[in-house]
Amino acid sequence: MTNVALTVNGERREADVEPRQLLVYFLRDQLGLKGTNVGCDTSSCGACTVLLDGESVKSCTVLAVQADGGDVTTIEGLAAGDELHPVQQAFQEQHGLQCGFCTPGFVMATVSLLRENPSPSEEEIRHALEGNLCRCTGYHNIVRAVEAAARAGA
Amino acid sequence: MSILGNRVVRVEDPRFLRGQGRYVENLDLEGALSVTFVRSPLGHARVNAVDASAAEELPNVQVFTGADVDAHPFGAPPPWHITAGMERPLVARDVVRFAGDIVALVVSEDRASGLDAAELVMVDYDPLPAVLSVEEAVKDEVLLFPDVGSNVANRGGADEADDGLFDGCDVVVSGVLVSQRLVAAPLEPRSAAAVLGDDGRLTLWATSQTPHTGKMVVAGLLGLDPGQVRVVSPDVGGGFGAKMIEAEAVLVAWLARRLGRPVRWTETRSENMLGLPHGRGQRLSFTLGGTRDGKLLAYRLEVLGDGGAYPALGAYLPNMTALMANGPYAIPKVETSTVSVVTNTTPTTSIRGAGRPESAQAIERAIDLFAAEAGLDPAEVRRANFVAKDAFPYATPTGATYDSGDYEGALDLLLRSAGYDELREEQRRRRAEGSGVELGIGLGAYVEISNPVGEQEFGEVEITEDGGAILRTGSHSHGQGHETTFAMIAAERLGLPVERVVVHRGDTDDVPKGTGTFGSKSTQIGGVAGRLAADAVVEAATALAADYLEASAADVTLDLGRGSFHVVGAPKPSLSWAELAAKASADGRLGELRVAHEFQGAPTFPFGCHLAVVEVDTDTGKVELRRFVAVDDAGTLINPLVADGQVHGGIAFGVGQALFEEVVYDEGGYPLTGTFVGYGFPSAAELPSFERVEMVTPTPNNPIGVKGIGESGTVGSTPAVLNAVLDALAPHGVRHVDMPCNGENVWKALREANA
Repeated sequence: MTNVALTVNGERREADVEPRQLLVYFLRDQLGLKGTNVGCDTSSCGACTVLLDGESVKSCTVLAVQADGGDVTTIEGLAAGDELHPVQQAFQEQHGLQCGFCTPGFVMATVSLLRENPSPSEEEIRHALEGNLCRCTGYHNIVRAVEAAARAGA
Repeated sequence: MSILGNRVVRVEDPRFLRGQGRYVENLDLEGALSVTFVRSPLGHARVNAVDASAAEELPNVQVFTGADVDAHPFGAPPPWHITAGMERPLVARDVVRFAGDIVALVVSEDRASGLDAAELVMVDYDPLPAVLSVEEAVKDEVLLFPDVGSNVANRGGADEADDGLFDGCDVVVSGVLVSQRLVAAPLEPRSAAAVLGDDGRLTLWATSQTPHTGKMVVAGLLGLDPGQVRVVSPDVGGGFGAKMIEAEAVLVAWLARRLGRPVRWTETRSENMLGLPHGRGQRLSFTLGGTRDGKLLAYRLEVLGDGGAYPALGAYLPNMTALMANGPYAIPKVETSTVSVVTNTTPTTSIRGAGRPESAQAIERAIDLFAAEAGLDPAEVRRANFVAKDAFPYATPTGATYDSGDYEGALDLLLRSAGYDELREEQRRRRAEGSGVELGIGLGAYVEISNPVGEQEFGEVEITEDGGAILRTGSHSHGQGHETTFAMIAAERLGLPVERVVVHRGDTDDVPKGTGTFGSKSTQIGGVAGRLAADAVVEAATALAADYLEASAADVTLDLGRGSFHVVGAPKPSLSWAELAAKASADGRLGELRVAHEFQGAPTFPFGCHLAVVEVDTDTGKVELRRFVAVDDAGTLINPLVADGQVHGGIAFGVGQALFEEVVYDEGGYPLTGTFVGYGFPSAAELPSFERVEMVTPTPNNPIGVKGIGESGTVGSTPAVLNAVLDALAPHGVRHVDMPCNGENVWKALREANA
């Protein structure tokens, strides 16, 4: 076991983890943050996307020990109390989610994208979100949501 | 003003957006043991022995094999007419019939030790020849079930071909199209958890579109009284027709009873690609004949379907394909025949479209070939043969009765919206210039069938003590937004705000009956049942309010704008829902405001027309989908925002089949597309935005006028894209490309045509 200490959604967390423990299972099983979903085992689908030190990562591809000393934001850490984050709001208003399973990953990837590129074109959005898969929406309204979030200055 | 028809944002969204989705995998289940399935890596093999001794030496590991599991085999329900003797043993014993067949169950303290133990279960296999294609299987040379004596699982349609079917036709075209095997690929892998209660009742949480059917299946296979079983299907991360109740969930339930401990299982994606039933897998042979001026006279469709290793719904679906064979066209003579066979592959089932995409793919391809042969514009051949607007109800030669439609209207709207003439002009210009990137324009006209077997659904409205309402429905929702649309339907009748109507579904203890959600039937039967239950509650509430207002019920009315009851012509005194509920509660009469209603509806026939514009690089075969325009008519729309989303998702699924997706096996039956790395799941970067054009032609088959909209996008889009690719390649002499039309298949077709 190895001790890791990191900040998760603004809170200091410390735990002993197995060296092979993936960040996503550390978040889900050890910290009880079950909003981050696991959709594949090949780092293909992006359902597990979280922010590590402000940038999106697929938490199934990061070992918990690699996040030692880092600052992690998960979907649970995005809204300010009752108020949804502008990206979350945009996904609701534009109907950018259906079954909801890929949604936390898309929302986190969008937050990261808009930090890097505050007003992306449709083509830039589609390429930036290439690593996140959705089976329900055909991506159409996800793209509209990202555009709306960008307009809202998210 | 009615709320119906408004773009209401979904009430269920906040929990998903906050990461609070109630998926089975998120269930807290104290002390639950972890289940891992040991699966066959071979397509077909004799099992000589299963040695679990090394695995069971690991701490807290138990292994169960087929000899231990005393459950009945999984068979298909009688209406599917599946050959007897092809049932699936929940755990394979002497023979494995597909890569993924379960040979042992490992129970462990946690997931990781279960995986370690599963690796130590030694299975001694003798490989048998694997039958992987329907063409091989139908020869009956290698049999999956030797006792049955044939691989044929289901047969339908004409016994003998009519030799004179195409007499009198000037133009006859024919072809073979393989509607290839696909995976449903819901983003949420399956999960199941089970607990045996102190009272001996079993509770199973499962990722299922059909919890009530699941309850009957679990009870039946485990030999239990259905009253002893509760199935809960909470939030489900997409189903697409494939997530019912399969062997794995039944085995999890069996283990909970056997061990007396809570157990749980969540599959990996690779396990999902093996174990969740696949879809499509039909070989369609078609012949279409007509006059040189474009009047269609006769059509023949022969379907060879792939049921996979243990035939069930997938083996029945060619009958649905045959039922919808002639699509939106009035063709005087239609002859169909279907055969489904078993193969050493994952069993097949319904996935988005379920038999109807295959019909549309065949007839739409046939029409384009006919138009090319006759030298006519494909849009004009369609127009000349559509069932006329005034011909409804229209009885087809295959036995369907189309309810309502305006097929020509949909085509006209599409051509106008897309700028068809301009697109053809651009194509002519580019062909004349000799560009290396060809422009292709393709049409996909369709009519499909929703609520295909005319099912019944349960709805119940209960007024709660605070004057809000609960709507219980036997429909499920795994992305479709019923928590919003069904609430809108009830709210409109009750005069309550949408957020005061809470939709309950997915728990067989809370909702007494249900058929679940598949076949695009939910709103047209479940939504309608909810509305009729709301009507009944209003009637009961009116009577109750009359008592309190000391008036006759006939004189009391519900003011829908205010959500309050008063005597006609006298707005005061009045009773709001909250006031009425409080009084009724105090008097012990609240139970009068809980009324159930069941509604059985005939099938309905959504229709539309899609247009795809593609660019094909003739050097590399690369296809780019440049535009996609879709006219879809599913009758009255409850919530156009949600309807748009259903169409978009449907289109993407259909485009996926046309351009990217295919399940591929090696010669031993091992899947080469067993993860998202190998399988062509489209991303945002491979798709354009879709141009959806609304059209509304209500159905007379239910009181709201709604048809299903969950699958129509898929039915129309695959043929539109396929036809567009072939339209692009027409100058190069290519008249067929195998789907998916990826670079490799297009390049091969170009090479063959130029050889």
